[in-house]
Amino acid sequence: MSIAIDKSKCVGCGRCHEVCPGTLIKIGGDKKAYIKYPKDCWGCTSCIKECPVYAISFYLGADIGGMGSMVHTEKKDSLLCWIIDHPDGVKTEIDIDPKESNKY
Amino acid sequence: MKIEKIKTELLIIGGGTAGCYAALTASENADVKILICEKANIERSGCLAAGVNALNAYITEGRTPQDYVDYAKKDAAGIVRDDLLYTMSERLNKVTKRLEELGLVILKDENGRYAARGNRNIKINGENIKPLLAAAVEKLPNVMVLNRVNVIDFSVRDNKINGAFAIGIENDTFYVIEAAAVIVATGGAAGLYKPNNPGFSRHKMWYPPFNTGAGYAMGIKHGAEMTTFEMRFIALRCKDTIAPTGTLAQGAGAKQINSLGEVYETKYGLTTSERVYGTVTENIEGRGPCYLKTKGISPETEESLLKAYLNMAPSQAIKWIESGKKLSEQNVEIEGTEPYIVGGHTASGYWVDTNRATTINGLFAAGDVAGGCPQKYVTGALAEGEIAALSAVKYIAENAADTIDESEINSHISEIKKFTGENHSRFSTERLEEAMQTVMDSYAGGIKTNYRFNEKQLDIADYKIRQLEKLSENLHAEDLQELMYIYELRERLTVCRSVIAHLKARQETRWHSFAENLDYPEKDEKNWNKYVNSRLENGEVKIILRELTKEGQRTYEHSN
Repeated sequence: MSIAIDKSKCVGCGRCHEVCPGTLIKIGGDKKAYIKYPKDCWGCTSCIKECPVYAISFYLGADIGGMGSMVHTEKKDSLLCWIIDHPDGVKTEIDIDPKESNKY
Repeated sequence: MKIEKIKTELLIIGGGTAGCYAALTASENADVKILICEKANIERSGCLAAGVNALNAYITEGRTPQDYVDYAKKDAAGIVRDDLLYTMSERLNKVTKRLEELGLVILKDENGRYAARGNRNIKINGENIKPLLAAAVEKLPNVMVLNRVNVIDFSVRDNKINGAFAIGIENDTFYVIEAAAVIVATGGAAGLYKPNNPGFSRHKMWYPPFNTGAGYAMGIKHGAEMTTFEMRFIALRCKDTIAPTGTLAQGAGAKQINSLGEVYETKYGLTTSERVYGTVTENIEGRGPCYLKTKGISPETEESLLKAYLNMAPSQAIKWIESGKKLSEQNVEIEGTEPYIVGGHTASGYWVDTNRATTINGLFAAGDVAGGCPQKYVTGALAEGEIAALSAVKYIAENAADTIDESEINSHISEIKKFTGENHSRFSTERLEEAMQTVMDSYAGGIKTNYRFNEKQLDIADYKIRQLEKLSENLHAEDLQELMYIYELRERLTVCRSVIAHLKARQETRWHSFAENLDYPEKDEKNWNKYVNSRLENGEVKIILRELTKEGQRTYEHSN
């Protein structure tokens, strides 16, 4: 799996670059973030959660069963909302309350 | 390249779970200058980057620390240190309380007590566990953090550590760090063996791919005694996404079944290694693939599980959603990962005394690099961070700091110049890494051979890893990141050689899959109730056999 950064949304704040545990995200000459080593992504989603403008999504590689959906999170009031954009245009949203613990 | 000299009192290498907690403890217990060197950024580095959804090491109501020791000892078939497990276990609940004070959300029952999952686990929302820990560290007045700085070597003279050498990953600086004491907390080693999916998703692995065994390798090179590298860890995971299975198995009660629908886990035993072995064997004998049976779970359970996975392993949640089939409509396929060396789950790592002092004076180890103490998980790593910090602080008060020799600095600089300058190699670092993983996979019990090996294969593995070590001397780096990759590869090769030597030394099969020696397929309690330790002497891994600690032993001191 890896991530994709939407350059049209990126504001060049550098948060993703700061938090990536693999030092894989760089800021280009155009002041926009890009992933320099897409194959080296662990899939921790730190960058996705930290991006203030929701410009980063992740996807599963076809080698592990990915079907092309793009996933990102948005903060909705106090909730963390996971948004899955399917290739056919359908959207799935799942809200998680950060104050609520896992039950399993 | 700029050279920067830093003088500190306590150097902590690795700002992950154990390293951050060591900084917190040291800062609160002594007036010492502390420096954390972190290869990434402590906000989201180490094993907790993605989050966790349970604390797997906790003493639940009615249980005692000794119960936890007994459990871990049984799971490791006796090859553990009683003193290390006990001193960790008695701290588990205290560090949990501290995490809650830092802001961690822990599930409570109707009486306000932590809700237990089985005998040793409690449930949390651990998505933000690392940012919480890092924020606490960043508030400390006497702690300095160097992010994106990769430590490449210790400075050791007459078996005493005087500091370390590091290279900036994003600033062209060579750091010479003098310290009175050092805590190594770099984590274990991933990427030694060919991963489950070696192509585009090669880094979709259980353990952080950025944990390259640096801490082990630096210790090995300086002659630190290491223990139990033959007890590799293989995780049983959801196929492809390599997401955790515990949440389904222990949390939702899903059983391991084969493709005929038979529950097979009881056939092979329930220890961590037996669960992997059972799955491997069912596949070999034609009853694969294997699954966790989730068909038929309730809609509420299904929804909760989906959220739990989003909080710790979102790729598995996405896989369910993308498949178009609900979790209650399909079982979850499982597989074993490639082997890792990780002292938080098995007993591999530095040979330490009860205070977590290694055999190098002034060097302490905590978390996944520290051996003898498996089943640490998050809280155990915190507990070890605490113990190591208290010991290091005491050591600093009693021992004067030494300086680092100029000659040592110069030899590192000339090595760096070689890698970034005149070196020419026909092969890239990436190609040599693949070659190493192929060697380990084929000849040292990787996925390819169903984790099994024999002595002849190990000899071939050793020969080929030495060849790769030689090739790695000529690697060339275009930039600082490539330079880091060269050092990481060389660390992994050093660890590989120790793993191979240890696998060869234990002439029995103590644990199925983790160390399945086909020349000695049975467990041999008569001859091998021993620790297999090692020390590098004149470039060769010398094996040292030591007697096991006694039942209930509470302390262990280094001798000879």
